[in-house]
Amino acid sequence: MSLDHSKTLIAGATLPDGTRTDLLLADGAILETGSLDGRHEGVERVDADGLIALPGLVDLHTHLREPGREDAETVLTGSRAAAAGGFTAILAMANTNPVTDTAEAAERILDLGRTAGLVDVQPVGAVTKQLAGEELAELGLMARSRAQVKVFSDDGKCVHDARVMRRALEYVKAFGGVVSQHAQDPHLAPYTSCCHEGEISGRLGLPGWPGVAEEVIVARDVMLARHTGSRVHVAHVSTAGSVEVIRWAKAQGIAVTAEVTPHHLLLTTDLLAGYDPTYKVNPPLRPAEDVEALRVALSDGTIDAVATDHAPHARHDKEHAFVDAAFGMLGLETSLQVVATVMVENGLLDWSGVARVMSQAPARIAGLDGHGGSLRAGEPANLTLVDPSVQVVVDRDASASLSRNNPWHERKLTGRVVASFLRGARTYGS
Amino acid sequence: MTRHLLSIDDLSVEQIQEIFETAAEMHDVQRREVKKLPALRGRTVINMFFEDSTRTRSSFEIAGKWLSADVINISAKGSSASKGESLRDTVLTVCAMGVDGLVIRHPASGAAQQVSEWVDAVVVNAGDGMHEHPTQALLDAYTLERRLGSLEGRQVAIVGDLTHSRVFRSGVKCLTKLGAEVTVVAPPTLMPSGIDEWSRTAGFEVNYDLDEVLPKADAVMMLRVQKERMSGGYFPSPREYTVGYGLTRERLAQLKPDAPICHPGPMNRGLEIAADAADAAQSAVLEQVSAGVAIRMSVLYHLLAGEETP
Repeated sequence: MSLDHSKTLIAGATLPDGTRTDLLLADGAILETGSLDGRHEGVERVDADGLIALPGLVDLHTHLREPGREDAETVLTGSRAAAAGGFTAILAMANTNPVTDTAEAAERILDLGRTAGLVDVQPVGAVTKQLAGEELAELGLMARSRAQVKVFSDDGKCVHDARVMRRALEYVKAFGGVVSQHAQDPHLAPYTSCCHEGEISGRLGLPGWPGVAEEVIVARDVMLARHTGSRVHVAHVSTAGSVEVIRWAKAQGIAVTAEVTPHHLLLTTDLLAGYDPTYKVNPPLRPAEDVEALRVALSDGTIDAVATDHAPHARHDKEHAFVDAAFGMLGLETSLQVVATVMVENGLLDWSGVARVMSQAPARIAGLDGHGGSLRAGEPANLTLVDPSVQVVVDRDASASLSRNNPWHERKLTGRVVASFLRGARTYGS
Repeated sequence: MTRHLLSIDDLSVEQIQEIFETAAEMHDVQRREVKKLPALRGRTVINMFFEDSTRTRSSFEIAGKWLSADVINISAKGSSASKGESLRDTVLTVCAMGVDGLVIRHPASGAAQQVSEWVDAVVVNAGDGMHEHPTQALLDAYTLERRLGSLEGRQVAIVGDLTHSRVFRSGVKCLTKLGAEVTVVAPPTLMPSGIDEWSRTAGFEVNYDLDEVLPKADAVMMLRVQKERMSGGYFPSPREYTVGYGLTRERLAQLKPDAPICHPGPMNRGLEIAADAADAAQSAVLEQVSAGVAIRMSVLYHLLAGEETP
């Protein structure tokens, strides 16, 4: 009997809530769940004994380098890395060259993503033309385009002019958009700042990036969100002070959401002592007190989502003096492992919590239908299978990304993505 | 001896004293009519300066030449990033020519350390951004020891733009290692972040009030205030800076008459140091310059003379 490849039976998976189930995937959807043993002979079968099935992960914050720097990453290679990391949808930041600040540019990213076909690549639109922070980009045209852009961000740069930010927040209300803010007051932390301002930056003589430069923008933006009745999202929250502000704003009923990166949940500023540009990232790695506050905030829901800020760079762009090297680190392939190591192992999140912060909340924030489900029958078959029991030593050369700026190299992390499925089709795993 | 000299942290007290002893011998050589020693004959030292410098570069150049090394100066000003070449490529290219010693000055903190991880040559840090300038610290301490004898328990004030100063960062490490009791003085805006914690763990004092510190000082090191700081909002005006933190004629009178006055140069006369102080009998500014050559001869000798030619 030949195998029916149009269907996949995932046998004996554990759902995030701990229940054991089989999942029959057909026609891009989850057709049936429950105990299906023996009823589906002749379909492709995946033995998921001991594996956790999670709704496909959603990344609110990915940098693909296409167009412009295809030597560092393309939509295809970034999609491969994403699928290997358990993702089924990623939001591609706008700071490419050219910038994604028009409907045409957004549609091009969408199409490149569809051609790659491994994850849904949803373009993020720039808030301002050329990310210059001055004039609004054509937000409405991007929203009306085939790409249906809903998330707008000048990420890499802060929308620092309060008037521009206010207008952007007001304007996107018309089509249910959200502004994702890279919170960095450029007067308090110029874009050359590259080390958390504190004893380490003082000793190393590196330009300091004080936490307050983030916190004043977060505080301003939640007040603007309240004033405009709009929704703001805080990208890569990195300090305890920002957490306090967001916690307060949520208690007031202000429509603010926030994300934290895997690296800000584990890596600390003292790693900069050797001046290794692998650890140069924006916002910078912070002290342990901030890391602890971010973990607690992710656990209690103050921070809604984990987002990778996957930022691939060609080797030669990192082989400069520390202040001259490019900002950013890889994240797509390791983020689930970092969350498992930091949050699950420490009892701060269970696997339902992981599904919430890595799939459901980001899908909701981005307005992505078809992602962030609960693995029920009838939903699109976007899911990933994770082995939670193994420990893996990260090898930067075993990566689907074109870049190697991997701060997790040679670190031992918990868990491993075994397979990923996008609308029933396997995108990762053999 | 350490393989590279990147930071004062690389040196033990004993190694510092060893460098000083050799420097004293080199100092004697400087007074001879024929100054050349054969110690580094056949060795090649490249002075690679990514930042303008006259005195440090000349000092290293003379030091290398008096030790009979072949010394080549390369001015690589302008960030290699802007030229499309990575720093790694730039230094590997130079070192591929066959270099024994690389003396590097770079505007970015940490550059010397990074370079030392890429190349086979011995690397001497001639100033990396705001981080360190170890040979300056050695020559300052050496100058003070020649004036004062042992620095154990001696009060040394370091005054000026601490935030942006590699001379301060190396100097405070070197002086405290040698037992001096260091007090650093600056307006709060020119103090490095986290200095309270740093000073507690490293064992030096922090003070905003120069007039409180100066009368007790056995030596004072004035730091240069760079032009761009004046417009950077770190203090309201040059005049106000001088009144608060300059070594003025009035303050010179408060200073012990035998307390050496050091300045790494170039001096802003009238801003951080009055002419009366710069030219006072107790000023050590020119001694610092001649000590600089001796210290750099000593450092090059210790790092390179024992090395086998590859």
